[in-house]
Amino acid sequence: MLRIGNGNEPESLDPQKATGVSAGNILRDLYEGLTGIGPSGELLPAAAESWHWRADGRELRLQLRDGLRWSNGDVLSAEDFAAGLRRLLDPATASGYASLFAAIANGEAVIAGRRPVSALGVQADDARTLRIRLDRPLPNLPALLAHPAAAPIHPADRAGDPAPGARIGNGAYRLVEWRLQSHIRLQRNRHYWNDRQTSIGEVRYLPTEDLHSELKRYRADELDVTTSVPATQVPWIRRTLGAELRVAPYLGSYFYGLNLTRPPFAGNRPLRQALSLAIDRPLIARKVLHDLAMPAWSLVPPGIHDYTPQVPGWAQWPRAQREAEARRLYAEAGYSAAKPLQVQIRYNTSDDHKRIAVVIAAMWKQVLGAEVTLVNEEWKVFLQHRRARHETEAFRNTWIADSDDAFGFAEILESHHPRNDSGYADAAYDALLQAAAQADDPAVRRSRLEVAERQMLDDAPILPIYFYASKHLVKPRVEGWHDNSLDWHASKDLQLRAP
Amino acid sequence: MLSRAATRLLTAVPTLFVLVGLSFFLMHAAPGGPFDSERSLAPEVEARLNAQFHLDEPAWRQFGRYLGGLLHGDLGPSLQYEGRSVAGLIGDGAPVSAALGAVALLLALTGGVALGAIAALRRDSALDRGLMLLALLGLSLPSYVVAPLLILVFALALDWLPAGGWDGPASVLLPAVALALPQLAAIARLTRGALGEVLAAPWIRAARAKGLPERLIVFRHALRPALLPVLSWLGPAAAGLMTGSVVVEQVFGIPGIGRYFVQGALNRDYTLVLGVVLFYGALVVTFNFLVDLAYGLLDPRTRPT
Amino acid sequence: MKAGAFGQPAVAVPAMVLLLIVLLAAIGPWLAPQPFDAIDFDADWAAAPSLAHPFGTDDLGRDLFARVCVGGRLSLAVGLVSTLVSLAIGVLWGAVAGWFGGRIDALLMRLVDVLYALPFMFFVILLMVLFGRHWLLIFVAIGAVSWLDMARIVRGQTLALRRQPFIDAAIVSGLGSTAILVRHVLPNLGGVVIVCATLTIPQAILVESFLSFLGLGIQEPATSWGALVNDGARAIDATPWGLIFPAGFLATTLLAFNRLGDALRAALDVPGR
Repeated sequence: MLRIGNGNEPESLDPQKATGVSAGNILRDLYEGLTGIGPSGELLPAAAESWHWRADGRELRLQLRDGLRWSNGDVLSAEDFAAGLRRLLDPATASGYASLFAAIANGEAVIAGRRPVSALGVQADDARTLRIRLDRPLPNLPALLAHPAAAPIHPADRAGDPAPGARIGNGAYRLVEWRLQSHIRLQRNRHYWNDRQTSIGEVRYLPTEDLHSELKRYRADELDVTTSVPATQVPWIRRTLGAELRVAPYLGSYFYGLNLTRPPFAGNRPLRQALSLAIDRPLIARKVLHDLAMPAWSLVPPGIHDYTPQVPGWAQWPRAQREAEARRLYAEAGYSAAKPLQVQIRYNTSDDHKRIAVVIAAMWKQVLGAEVTLVNEEWKVFLQHRRARHETEAFRNTWIADSDDAFGFAEILESHHPRNDSGYADAAYDALLQAAAQADDPAVRRSRLEVAERQMLDDAPILPIYFYASKHLVKPRVEGWHDNSLDWHASKDLQLRAP
Repeated sequence: MLSRAATRLLTAVPTLFVLVGLSFFLMHAAPGGPFDSERSLAPEVEARLNAQFHLDEPAWRQFGRYLGGLLHGDLGPSLQYEGRSVAGLIGDGAPVSAALGAVALLLALTGGVALGAIAALRRDSALDRGLMLLALLGLSLPSYVVAPLLILVFALALDWLPAGGWDGPASVLLPAVALALPQLAAIARLTRGALGEVLAAPWIRAARAKGLPERLIVFRHALRPALLPVLSWLGPAAAGLMTGSVVVEQVFGIPGIGRYFVQGALNRDYTLVLGVVLFYGALVVTFNFLVDLAYGLLDPRTRPT
Repeated sequence: MKAGAFGQPAVAVPAMVLLLIVLLAAIGPWLAPQPFDAIDFDADWAAAPSLAHPFGTDDLGRDLFARVCVGGRLSLAVGLVSTLVSLAIGVLWGAVAGWFGGRIDALLMRLVDVLYALPFMFFVILLMVLFGRHWLLIFVAIGAVSWLDMARIVRGQTLALRRQPFIDAAIVSGLGSTAILVRHVLPNLGGVVIVCATLTIPQAILVESFLSFLGLGIQEPATSWGALVNDGARAIDATPWGLIFPAGFLATTLLAFNRLGDALRAALDVPGR
């Protein structure tokens, strides 16, 4: 039996409705998409054995394997996958992931409720062929189809909502028991097409909301894999459990947003740049996060498919030069020792957010002489304030990739994006993104996005701080664990060495 | 006695009503809603969810709807846990919390009264000082320090008990001790203080003067009235123990309902929070009622004439 | 209060200890090598105690001695202020309810029941959420909730007192109800009240620390013993000094308060001795 620490209790295991990392981990065991992600993060055939783009890139035709079955033995057909996508975009489902697939023909209209769900450009030509038509280019559609939100839906589950955990799946495992806040138990699915390759018979996911407790349970040998490790414990973990700590780059960005709609940041680019320059990112990554993160000077993390990280030149400057330039810009922005900047850093309750805010406040104070107040808010209040942009000045922000694509990062600073918490409104930036979205040529798309990010970084509506890393403790008896940038680890790809 | 019990139960209804009303409007006054998240839903999706749970209606209307549901025994659906009812969540968690709380209560009561009585009888001896120092330690260490220490010693160093989870009797012990310790210490101090006072009271002096054996004096005459402050303490303490402790549940990973008070409030799961608040309120009312009954039994002087 | 109570060693020793701790909290930050919120970016962080940093440094390289002193100010203030609030309300409430009985008792105690039935943490969390994080709010919230225990216990004791012969004697001698309450009942509650108060001070300090555990305590870079103990408890394997020093101060303070309470009761000759 494999026991996995899984962070928060999943709020839902409905593949189309569930959001959040902990639900995703389980759903990838319970459902298999048309495509899949291999142990090292590579795109692989899954329920579909092959797929082909039409020459113009506006239609994807997928060929399903022969003899696919649901976990209850029923025959699985292409129509079940089509139904899953329709349900995902159906406004009645109110899915948080619907927008990922908005490029499917009529997708926008279906999500908005202007067209019926049946108008969606998804069609099962026969039991083993699925056709997806697009309104605009979506080159990473095959990778997106590996997302649990694109999971198929069993005919019996289409009418109403079955009880939590009672849905029928098609993955390598099926759910046999869900005790809320205690454990979720999965057993191998004998009807899975590749079941003979599955090695572990039973998997238990345990909620571990307190990382310090999780670490203790791991040490007491009650867990084989942890969801994370507490940052402050890392030096100790490296000393005592060193080989079991698995750290890998993860497609996520941690940055500070600056509210551009209010003073002091509205219309004061030198000030924003000064604050950015005053932050010693390598020091934060090394001393605060103990090398469980990479220092960031840009929004899009390295390792994103078909993209070059946009690192500004000053990233390599020695400390004295960087700080001198920060002070020069600070003065240019109209501040001095006699008239110091008074600024708030707003962050939501969390140990790591707190530690980073304390350190950045000290840097701004010690390099520039700014007077920094820390404002710690409870999560929902923080979200409300961040979105409303009435009270925020500098605030903690995060973006985690849904797929391996730079556009997903770039678009959060588009003028009308719901997550544009900085209120960045730059016509040139919007135009570049628009051009990238419409580009059929991947090289054009890429260059548009790179230019856009360079311009945006120079404008400093956000201050990148670090790129996330996934971090797990994995017992030596767990074999087949490979680090990958999506942090996806399917139980079917793991083996347990006999004790 | 019966009429008194009847009034107690009658006043329970307005008590719970005030409780629910206060909680409801405080909750709704708090900024943010159940569907705010890091990812931020599209406005039309959020609007649809709000409409689905009637969160788009004015607060007084939602309150009316909620009360209407209550009359039918319906606590509503959880807003955070998709497809789950509040009654179901409480039904799953409450037995766990109650089992853990009962064990902790038993530990706290027997241990606390025994230690307090021993200390009072051996007043100012080395034993008394030692016990009271221990009780003080129990009171001065927060449970989030005690719980990890218990795990470090008994689960990691000695490997006697599991470090967490809710899986068989062995897994009850450490969390129950962590939960009981502060209550045990408080009860020990209360018992010692009250018993000390009673032992010095005139009627005990009189009993001593009559030459009654000390054992008889303590158990027949002194202990009963000395337990009155403990009883007062016990009512709310018992309800608190039964509904679990956020810290202990979090540190030991126990599927009780204590977490819902905090998590529900932080996640703006209005219905879940109201459900557990109501449940807690009902328990407190019940325990206070029982304490009142016990008060009358233990101290005949408070019996209404 | 009897003159000379403070002359007795049982009272004087814990009182001196508390005085020293208060003094340290007051002037300590000036003795510290660096301000409580300053970070030395070039030094090693989470450093063990040394001459430069007698209590070591925390995981962000801040001087722990300065932080323990500053944290002590807040914890002591929370303990004292909220206990005063709790004493003032609780004793009056409980004594009036227990003494007058009948409808007054029923009304007062029903109110206490209602407040009791509100889960405290939930109540405090909502207050924090509604009004933001402010140290004054922490005082008020803790004080406003901790008087309930006091009121109940005092009422119980008053009920018992009411049946005592010396009260009957006072009634027979023609004293008014209020006069008896003030002259005979309240003074005789001393023992119970002092025991309760000594239990309330540590409780209030602990409640503050629980708020810190939930991340609802005092705003960084300010701190409290509770917040420091919380941080320390998490990293106990790696940096034990982070727990030992603040926890030592916390425990010593609570111990001293309790000792002082017990000794005062003896010295003041509250009935029952």
